[in-house]
Amino acid sequence: MLELEARAEPSRLMSWASPLLAVALMLVGGLVVFAALGKDPVEGFRVFFLNPVKDLYALSELLLKATPLMLCAIGLAIGFRANVWNIGAEGQFMLGAVAATGVALYFGDSESALVLPAMVLAGAAGGAAWAAIPALLRTRFNANEILVSLMLVYVAQLFVSWLVFGPWKDPDGFNFPQTRMFAEAATLPIVIEGTRLHFGFAIALAALVAGYAFMNRSHAGFRMRVAGVAADAARYAGFSAARMIWLGLLLGGAAAGLAGMGEVAGPMGQLTDKVASGYGFAAIIVAFVGRLNALGILLASLLMALLYIGGEQAQQYLNLPNSISMVFQGMLLFFLLGADVFIHYRLRLRRRGA
Amino acid sequence: MPIPPPPTAPQPDPAAVPARLVLQGIGKVYPTVVANDDIGLAVRAGEIRAILGENGAGKSTLMKIIYGVTRPSCGRMFWEGEEVQVESPAHARSLGIGMVFQHFSLFETLTVVENVALALPGKPALDELAQRIVEVSARYGLPVDPRRHIHALSVGERQRVEIIRCLLQDPRLLIMDEPTSVLTPQAVHKLFETLRRLADEGCAILYISHKLDEIRALCHTATVLRGGKVTGECIPAQETPASMARLMIGKELPRCEHDAPQAGGEVRLRLAGLSHASDDPFGTDLRDLHLDVHAGEIVGIAGVSGNGQQELLRVISGEEPLAERFPVQICGVEAGRLSPGRRRRLGMAFVPEERLGRGAVPTMSLADNALLTAAHNQGMVAAGFLRFERARAFARRCIDDFNVKCGGPAAAAKSLSGGNLQKFIVGREILQAPRLLVCAQPTWGVDVGAAAFIRQQIIDLRNRGCAVLVISEELDELFEICDRIAVIAKGRLSPVRAAGATSIEDIGVWMSGLWPGAEHAADAPAATETPHA
Repeated sequence: MLELEARAEPSRLMSWASPLLAVALMLVGGLVVFAALGKDPVEGFRVFFLNPVKDLYALSELLLKATPLMLCAIGLAIGFRANVWNIGAEGQFMLGAVAATGVALYFGDSESALVLPAMVLAGAAGGAAWAAIPALLRTRFNANEILVSLMLVYVAQLFVSWLVFGPWKDPDGFNFPQTRMFAEAATLPIVIEGTRLHFGFAIALAALVAGYAFMNRSHAGFRMRVAGVAADAARYAGFSAARMIWLGLLLGGAAAGLAGMGEVAGPMGQLTDKVASGYGFAAIIVAFVGRLNALGILLASLLMALLYIGGEQAQQYLNLPNSISMVFQGMLLFFLLGADVFIHYRLRLRRRGA
Repeated sequence: MPIPPPPTAPQPDPAAVPARLVLQGIGKVYPTVVANDDIGLAVRAGEIRAILGENGAGKSTLMKIIYGVTRPSCGRMFWEGEEVQVESPAHARSLGIGMVFQHFSLFETLTVVENVALALPGKPALDELAQRIVEVSARYGLPVDPRRHIHALSVGERQRVEIIRCLLQDPRLLIMDEPTSVLTPQAVHKLFETLRRLADEGCAILYISHKLDEIRALCHTATVLRGGKVTGECIPAQETPASMARLMIGKELPRCEHDAPQAGGEVRLRLAGLSHASDDPFGTDLRDLHLDVHAGEIVGIAGVSGNGQQELLRVISGEEPLAERFPVQICGVEAGRLSPGRRRRLGMAFVPEERLGRGAVPTMSLADNALLTAAHNQGMVAAGFLRFERARAFARRCIDDFNVKCGGPAAAAKSLSGGNLQKFIVGREILQAPRLLVCAQPTWGVDVGAAAFIRQQIIDLRNRGCAVLVISEELDELFEICDRIAVIAKGRLSPVRAAGATSIEDIGVWMSGLWPGAEHAADAPAATETPHA
């Protein structure tokens, strides 16, 4: 008979091995899914997991997809560590995109070098402003930030739709729900010639470094970590709970807003009603698979990007629906939560009868 | 604490009475520590045997092995002559082993009978069970109303519920883990009567404690543990506290040096008509408290737990800020609305009652825990970033100066024994050279050696001119270190008396709320009936 036995100490090894175990189980599960759908599992594996890394262009697409995930996840991780549960990065992403688009449209065909920096600031501010709503409601009225931030995602989606179907619709766009294409000065420069990988990737890497420094080296980050693991100790030490809620949500919102800016000023070059495409939600998985840690988030965002692109590839070459990548994401989170049990417990074989 | 004369120990005749439980060569090895090493023990029917030892001596591990919570790494266990391996607490209960834990495991929002029913196998009928509870409580002198909710019970009453829960399963061995740490002197007497009656009926009792006086008053025999090993057996009635302490800590019981207080120090803490309504429906409201604590003196506040101590401490520390400034004055500043951090900057330090989770973050290292309260005071922050080398150095100083046994500044707080973590926290607060130290239960659950050390450190701090407020439920401790003593009962504060001008007996009476001039004296119930927060 198998039984779970509590460990004396949470296992450090398992806390890193558990995401790897989850990935391995997800692969096995994926092969089973391919087989069940009547596809050759080996071919499925090749298309889904090897195609996205087969050459430089494929890799650049992978990094491009990972960029918004990285940004959103590092911002969320800061809040999650302090038990501030911002589930609405998707909405903050959209508001960041909206704010940056507003700047780009306002400047029109201007060639000023200040357009992009202004868009960066606007993107971060837009995301932070959207996240400020749950922060205000939480600190003022003790309204649950999980529900408020989540519900605001749908408000944000409707707001974006209204903009692109209404006042911001491209007059020459054949009635498509999208804005004008941005001018050159409002578009992020390409990092690798011949690919779509843009400067936002560098911003995301810088955000990871800044996130690491904040969480592990700064006093504010320390206070947030204390609040996350021992709320009474934080109160005893005099760390203001309201300040942590504000900081956690605003930083998460700003990072998500930056990611939104990177999408409209990068590969899209305009705002459409499909701007967010689930990055903000996927980033929650990325943050946890990455153990709320900067390096882990870097790796996890690459993995999640792989799942996105693999899904597109599977759609293209295997005639599978695009939702296959959602299935893989779901399996990954499912197996991760399962494997995490072994951080605190070990499996023991026990003879029958007692 | 007044202790009744030692019992005329009914030494069971080894040949006549069979050993109920025998342990041979029990060992328990954890990855980092040997908790039990070759422990032998026997307890007979009708015997009350003390398991005496400092914190970390291995008492709790041994009891968990007997009760089936953990498994021994080696050794044999015999129950009434037959070798057994206790697989689980349920298995232990089916054998007839009951245990009353130091920390109660009761659901506050359920009634007594519902709590008891949860621990019993199957689905007992509540009416029948309530009847049995009444019978058992009458038989053993443990009055409890089975229909009352746990949250409305005092700590003493809750303990009775725990004991009754064990007794309903007709235990033949009862394990009591530090049962008196939450009781008034009167409640301790009652508990001892109950235990003696149980033993007279043939129940074997293992009584874990580090309180030497109690063991001498209650127990027939004692097994002394130190560092996971048995260091001796004795008959407590024939020993002195000093001789038992020697067995327990390996040296003489240290005494505190306490000279007369300096007179005429400035007021460092003033409560000026402090009133505060508790948010907690089961909490205690504070009513019109007045108190001055001067530089160079130690003022103690005695009382049964749940009479407003928690609320008072939170208001003084700033964890629960007031609406007005004046009721709490720290070092001359009206501080009622200030945050804990601001109050610390005025020169206040605070040792809370709970070490893990409040005074220290369990999963963080001691260096990180040094950052918790000493970050600004000790220059551990520069431009918003942490200076880890300073935090480590300060943690190292706490460890060295306060003899904290641990794996160094990188050790996690929860890896320390309770006494060592308490020494670390007290050290962290004292080494910041506070002008006012507020200390809750400074030696709660701490072994005698560490307790004497902590008390001496507090006295030394006073001698350096610090004002100290100590809130404790241990009267012995308050009389040992305090210059002046007051009592808190039902959220009100008694007059303050010089420690030399009052006695443990007087203070014990005051703990029921009956002090001279107490306006509510008429309606104050007995101390043991006071609801616990």
